[in-house]
Amino acid sequence: MTAGTSTRPVRRPGTGPGHGNSGRTGSLWLKLLPLAPAIALLGIFLAGPIIFSVYGSFTNAALTGKNAKDPQFIGPENYADLFRDPNFPQSLWLTVLFVFASAIVGQNLLGLGTALLVNKATKAVAAVVSVCVVAAWVLPEIVAAFVAYAFFFREGTLNQLTATVGVAPVDWLFEHPMLAIILANIWRGTAFSMMVYQAALNDVPQEISESAMIDGAGGALRLWYITLPMIRRSIATNLMLITLQTLAVFTLIYVMTAGGPSRRSATLPVMAYEEAFRYSNIGYGTAIAVVMILIGAVFSVVYIRLLKEK
Amino acid sequence: MRGTRSTSVKSSLSLIAAGLLMLSGCSAGGGGGDAGAGDEATLRIVYQKSGEGSPLDTLMQDVKTQFEAENGNVTVQLEPVEGSDEDYATRLALSQRSPDTAPDVFYEDTFKVRSDVDAGYLLNLDPYLEQWPDWERFNDGAKAAGVADDGATYAVPLGTDTRVIWYNKNVLEAAGVEVPWAPKSWDDILAAARQIKESQPDVVPFNMYAGTGTGEGTVMQSFYELLYGTDSQLYNEDQQKWVVGSQGFVDSLSFLETLYDEELALTPAQALDPNIWQAVFGEYLPEDRMGGVVEGSYSPSFWQEGGMFEWADYGDVMGVAPFPTQNGQEPGAVSMSGGWTLAIGANSQNPDLAFEFLKTAMSQENLLKYTVDNSQIAVRSDIAEDSTYLESNPFVADVSEVVDVTHYRPATSDYPEISTAAQQATEAVITGERSPDEAAADYDAAVRDIVGADNVVEE
Repeated sequence: MTAGTSTRPVRRPGTGPGHGNSGRTGSLWLKLLPLAPAIALLGIFLAGPIIFSVYGSFTNAALTGKNAKDPQFIGPENYADLFRDPNFPQSLWLTVLFVFASAIVGQNLLGLGTALLVNKATKAVAAVVSVCVVAAWVLPEIVAAFVAYAFFFREGTLNQLTATVGVAPVDWLFEHPMLAIILANIWRGTAFSMMVYQAALNDVPQEISESAMIDGAGGALRLWYITLPMIRRSIATNLMLITLQTLAVFTLIYVMTAGGPSRRSATLPVMAYEEAFRYSNIGYGTAIAVVMILIGAVFSVVYIRLLKEK
Repeated sequence: MRGTRSTSVKSSLSLIAAGLLMLSGCSAGGGGGDAGAGDEATLRIVYQKSGEGSPLDTLMQDVKTQFEAENGNVTVQLEPVEGSDEDYATRLALSQRSPDTAPDVFYEDTFKVRSDVDAGYLLNLDPYLEQWPDWERFNDGAKAAGVADDGATYAVPLGTDTRVIWYNKNVLEAAGVEVPWAPKSWDDILAAARQIKESQPDVVPFNMYAGTGTGEGTVMQSFYELLYGTDSQLYNEDQQKWVVGSQGFVDSLSFLETLYDEELALTPAQALDPNIWQAVFGEYLPEDRMGGVVEGSYSPSFWQEGGMFEWADYGDVMGVAPFPTQNGQEPGAVSMSGGWTLAIGANSQNPDLAFEFLKTAMSQENLLKYTVDNSQIAVRSDIAEDSTYLESNPFVADVSEVVDVTHYRPATSDYPEISTAAQQATEAVITGERSPDEAAADYDAAVRDIVGADNVVEE
């Protein structure tokens, strides 16, 4: 193994990879031994499917027809087709928009906001708010999706509510499908961010905040210069988790709009599903899934760098 | 080379399967291999179930009871799948990918037969059908639905269907349209629809499905009635190529554009709702809020006693008319047919028993009950002549008549994707995103992309 496996990297010139002495390497293996089952499981259940997906994306495997019987290795053809596919840029853009608006901005900021408010509020108010927010989160995705559908659809709750104040009904799922699914995902996912931030805020020592207050720092200044830097790691972790979760959201979108109308809410997971199962092109659908893995990886690298800064 | 490899893979798979079977046979104290007399066997039956008491579910339950009574050592394991046609097709195809999960007998859409035969999922039934006297009683047109490219039969039809115009006599009469109504051309339809709009502004005059929301319903119960009634084609059977650049395609889209633009149909937003057909059957027609709609011969199954939207008066209020060709050209009317079959898995461990099960399901008695309950068009001559069938609903004769002018979809494995492209063209037109010419050009580009430039023919 290389220097990466040594427990404490030694940054001395001349001690490059492969210079560790064999005794230390031996004890390292001993130390790693208890991790072996976890690594094996990760290999089987995480790396395995990913490798299999990548392989599948280089074949023309199908659900039915000749290619189902005898799939061929076709090299990067699926990817070439994908980058020529007129639907791909739109789906890619919608996916990025969905992740950015509903996770990075919506869930994250709203989660932080509610966490700060709940921290300041009385116990009773905090409990009520927490229960309301968490309720959406504990619902199974399929149930949450139907609730959101019932809320936004033509004769749904939202239009009934706006009608009481005399606003003309809007066909949300038809006219603003992206807005509807973004709001639904914010509603569903905010609880997770809120809980992460509540835990993080509890760890911020009160004394620091109090001494800043004595020095005359207002709420906004204290938030910006003290609280946020102290929970920086939680922010990065939270962003990474909700980004990956949102990237994979399928049920919510499929139930609410099925990617329509006219593909106006067809994010990459919806497109992958359509290709793989509606048109039976498993290989092509897998290629889309692999692209999603890559997007997730890029986001993760950015967040990990954020975590490591300073 | 590939053939040899896949054969050797298959033979090793069947060896493993045989080994497993022998192991399980040993533990059960019996022999292995294909179950003959005296062996325990399980048959797995997969079918689609649309709610409690659906006709197909009833049929399968009945057949299970009968079959198990006749074959004491056989267990019939029913595995109904609840979901849409698309979900069902996906579930079925996924289970067929491995011999371990593939069912013995399953419910198969006629338009999937050819591509599933190509995929190696279906058993060639010819040796069995030769020895089955009842097979002669099946209608030739329906038999063709189960025949693959190699000329062998792989599936047995349960029933078929047709599409006609279902109109509400109350609405038409109130508008001064003569009943029984028999439009001779597309213009006749528009004229009546405009008349209805004028006399009853709150009524949807004449609906035709459009958009991807209603999926295959958009093409089967709307767009193809238009397209097949023009002088153009969707698919050139002689050359086995897909037709692009056709005037009929543009004209069909223009007709839908007119319907939706003049507000003679539902609103585009309603049309894109996947569940809108339920409102059509359950609310619009029974409540005299819709003049007419193109729908299937199975429509009465929703209104009959025990149906999803029971409606005692449907026989008096509703009327049917064949859908006319564009300008009334020969043969004057057009319809589309589909239908479902029963097929046997290519990897079934008990093909003989599976065929016995299929025969029981297809017996005159069982199939008659199913045909009547499900408002199907009979595929057996002894059912077509049966008085129970002929009297099962007031429209049997009318919807059976159009079998003469009906069309089947081109059942190639590219078809589902092409169907979606056609649905997208209708959607782009009714939402006003594209003109009929533009949407047709998009469709042509999509078809070229899907099947390759070599497999299209310019019209």
